[in-house]
Amino acid sequence: MIRAFSALLARDLKLAARVGGSGALSLVFFLMIVVLVPFALGPDLNLLSRIGPAILWLAAVLATLIGLDRLFQSDEEDGSLDLMTGAAVPLEAVVLAKVLASWLTTGLPLALASPLFGLLVALSPKAMAATALTLALGTPALAFIGAVGAALTATIRRGGLILAIIVLPLMIPTLIFGVSAAEAALGGTVPLATPLTVLAALSLIAAVVGTLAAAAALRWSE
Amino acid sequence: MRLIVENLACRRAGRRIFTGLSFALEPGEGLMVTGRNGAGKSSLLAMLAGRLKPDAGAIRAEGIGEATLAECLHVVGHRDGLKSALTAAENLEFARDLLGDPAEEPGAALAAMGLPHVARLPVGYLSAGQRRRVALARLLVCRRPLWLLDEPTAALDLASQGVLAAMMGRHRAEGGLVVAATHQALGLEDARELRIGPAAPETAPVEDWA
Repeated sequence: MIRAFSALLARDLKLAARVGGSGALSLVFFLMIVVLVPFALGPDLNLLSRIGPAILWLAAVLATLIGLDRLFQSDEEDGSLDLMTGAAVPLEAVVLAKVLASWLTTGLPLALASPLFGLLVALSPKAMAATALTLALGTPALAFIGAVGAALTATIRRGGLILAIIVLPLMIPTLIFGVSAAEAALGGTVPLATPLTVLAALSLIAAVVGTLAAAAALRWSE
Repeated sequence: MRLIVENLACRRAGRRIFTGLSFALEPGEGLMVTGRNGAGKSSLLAMLAGRLKPDAGAIRAEGIGEATLAECLHVVGHRDGLKSALTAAENLEFARDLLGDPAEEPGAALAAMGLPHVARLPVGYLSAGQRRRVALARLLVCRRPLWLLDEPTAALDLASQGVLAAMMGRHRAEGGLVVAATHQALGLEDARELRIGPAAPETAPVEDWA
């Protein structure tokens, strides 16, 4: 069981690092969006630092979509998914391992790089730390919600657009609590702990519901 | 293990492909599934593998303890389940760890398929026949009683077809089962043949417009 799980995790991490993997790509996309915003808004540092956490969160949500459509589709196309249904582990564990690998290659690097990108939107050091913390807590929720959409569209050719339309509305609660937690850290009416615990709870719920739903979607795909 | 299929029917996209398919396989037996293109050979294998729900009928396996049927079989089909970016050895190591019950080392399995030199080559560089042989090497890296082979000799040269026939013979001698969908003789000795015919005509629901 552990062996199959770690084999899946190791394989997906290896594939993300090889040619055609999308790991670095979503980080570059994240950077692109964050760079574009100051150009669009102009050099108003007060405005930028006020909406900075929201920009970083929006960019993170959009960057999660990059490569998400290939999460299960690439395995569906080449028959690896048939192999996985016959694995010594249940399909839920397969989904969990694959989403974990995808979070380690997209979500976690985003959270780690966000302080650096926060410089571009004039965030204070405290705001940078707060945004990085909320991204680290919230991106797992984005990854698991995205996995459900990826499983639903696994058999659809060019399903990337449908995937975005299915998945983005479901990411709204995570976005709301992520941004409000980052802003609570900078001084507001709510204490930081309140939105932060809700954010963590959203990630945990998404981990359970997302894993079960994605596995069910893969089973019913035919 | 024993495999029993009773009265199986298949429907895809609303159309009936076949109905009333029954057979039973004892340990060591081989079954050649034949039929015209589109008769439902691959669909039958997909149902046995658990990737497709039967429209009617049942598939049972006896003598496999608590394992499910999907955990007791190998599938080698048109989609080979190999990742182009990984080397042949990495693909086989992954399959062995994922499927459990390891048998031969990936290197030894590749050597048995006559491909010892490709172990450290990404599968994307291999020819169609070589890819097929790497996929067939998966049969050797972990031990599973039922082999489902969908046109296993496609793209294989004569020498490899001989190797495959010998592999299937050894597997059956150890009590394993082989179900192969094919258009050609596979070298399966005294195998039974299951010919999938067209489905019985469906009685259309009578529409009463009166």
